[in-house]
Amino acid sequence: MDGIDIRRAAGAKAKGKRPWFLADAQTERVMAVAMAVAQELAVTRERLDTVERLLADGQPVTAATIDAYRPDAAAMAERQRWHADFVARILRVFQQELEEVEQQGRELDTEALASQFAE
Amino acid sequence: MFPEPSHDEIARYNFLANLNRHLATYLSPGNRVVYEARVRPAFRAVAGRDFRDRHEVRRAMLDDPFFQEWSALRRNAMEMRQQAGRSMVLRQIDALNARAQALNDNAGTLRLDPSLELPSYLAKVDHHCMPGSYHTELVPDDVSAAANYDSGLFVTTGGALGPMSDGGGRAVADFVRTTFPEFSPRRILDLGCGLGHNAVPLAQAFPDAVVVAVDTAAPMLRYGHARAKALGVENIVFVQANAERLDPAEFPDASFDWVQTTMFWHETSGTAMRRIFEEIHRLLAPGGLTLHVEQPQYDERMPLVEQMLRDWDAYYNNEPFWSAMHGIDVRGLMEDAGFRPDRMFDGYVRAKVDDEARNPASPTGATEDHGRAAAWYAFGAWKN
Ligand SMILES: C[S@@+](CC[C@H](N)C(=O)[O-])C[C@H]1O[C@@H](n2cnc3c(N)ncnc32)[C@H](O)[C@@H]1O
Repeated sequence: MDGIDIRRAAGAKAKGKRPWFLADAQTERVMAVAMAVAQELAVTRERLDTVERLLADGQPVTAATIDAYRPDAAAMAERQRWHADFVARILRVFQQELEEVEQQGRELDTEALASQFAE
Repeated sequence: MFPEPSHDEIARYNFLANLNRHLATYLSPGNRVVYEARVRPAFRAVAGRDFRDRHEVRRAMLDDPFFQEWSALRRNAMEMRQQAGRSMVLRQIDALNARAQALNDNAGTLRLDPSLELPSYLAKVDHHCMPGSYHTELVPDDVSAAANYDSGLFVTTGGALGPMSDGGGRAVADFVRTTFPEFSPRRILDLGCGLGHNAVPLAQAFPDAVVVAVDTAAPMLRYGHARAKALGVENIVFVQANAERLDPAEFPDASFDWVQTTMFWHETSGTAMRRIFEEIHRLLAPGGLTLHVEQPQYDERMPLVEQMLRDWDAYYNNEPFWSAMHGIDVRGLMEDAGFRPDRMFDGYVRAKVDDEARNPASPTGATEDHGRAAAWYAFGAWKN
């Protein structure tokens, strides 16, 4: 391990030209940053969940007891549900984009509604 | 052998598994919606005809904002998963390598060949955005590439392959046992075995047989051998070799009863496929079986948008042979190699996953995620 810069090696780029999909590659990089921050927030939330569970059990709360904690099946299932809800919350805008496409042509914008109701 | 994840590393993987699942179940179906609602009509209006093939569909979809966003998220999720896996594995690389070395203990059942030359389709590509792919060694006797692959497969499949990621191999063993009850293989060859996810269950299901597991990548073989030892599986030999050209001294003609591949062909090449089918025919004893698990070939009845979505990994997740491979006439290839058309077959095998043992992160009902389905297509042939 001596000589390996783990931080750099962990984030190394895969061979090959990277495809950028959004109209602007810089926007896509911002999206990547946002998703990484969301990931780290989820990690923090799971740590907090551990703290709450240790406290509820009357256990000592130290970095070591947090790191050593492993959830039982019920706690694990609750965590998975939390992660699923969390992802759905941060990606809401894409869900709505799709719903708009599905309702295509059948929805009126507010201007149209306003003039309709004014009659 | 599995790397030991810390509290926070597990949390990171939990997030990534749920992100992948969300992309697959909530957003991926949207690609069909935008295709029908606007991409296809717009193309028809301009071209005066429908799409001719999946490549035309892909090029048109690349201009659609929803496809762009979904693809950007998906590509990024792959890269995040690599970073998460590599940071976890590399911080314990010394311990992992030492553990593998202790389990491997210079055993004769692990045969490495440092002089082996990598075929270009392996040397040139970092498959599924995995920096260094399967073969790169960061230190001598390295297993880190395999440890990273092992940990990440679980995340990208959402646990659908079971806790040991061996659902495919267990399904194959089960299928062969029940479909061909008379067949009792003594020598089984698994080509492109990786770290043996699907070779080990064959060795377990046929304890009187010897499984010879071949791969080009030393880290996969070292890790795979150590993992098999740790699981108490003794009837398996790991050999570093190129499946295109197996040394006849070590791999004589007609020396195997069964030659298996699992999720292998899409990481080879057209020329390699031809050569490997010839090797398989040479190596099989008369009455022997060859069986291949892969994603199903594209056929005309599969909607173009479906084909295009299955092709996503080919173009955007570093699987450059995936697309061409799924258009190849594999029956023709097998026939050219000497197999008789009336002795060929195909069908579906289901991944056998222990429900209780399953991590709750796994998708219930195993929804399909283009290339990561729990029900697998298999084709094969009997020799003579
Ligand atoms: C996607 S992995 C599949 C691993 C394994 N069969 C499984 O089911 O888990 C493909 C493997 O094929 C190996 N491979 C590709 N071309 C090969 C060749 N010509 N000879 C031997 N191994 C090869 C790669 O090194 C890689 O480990």
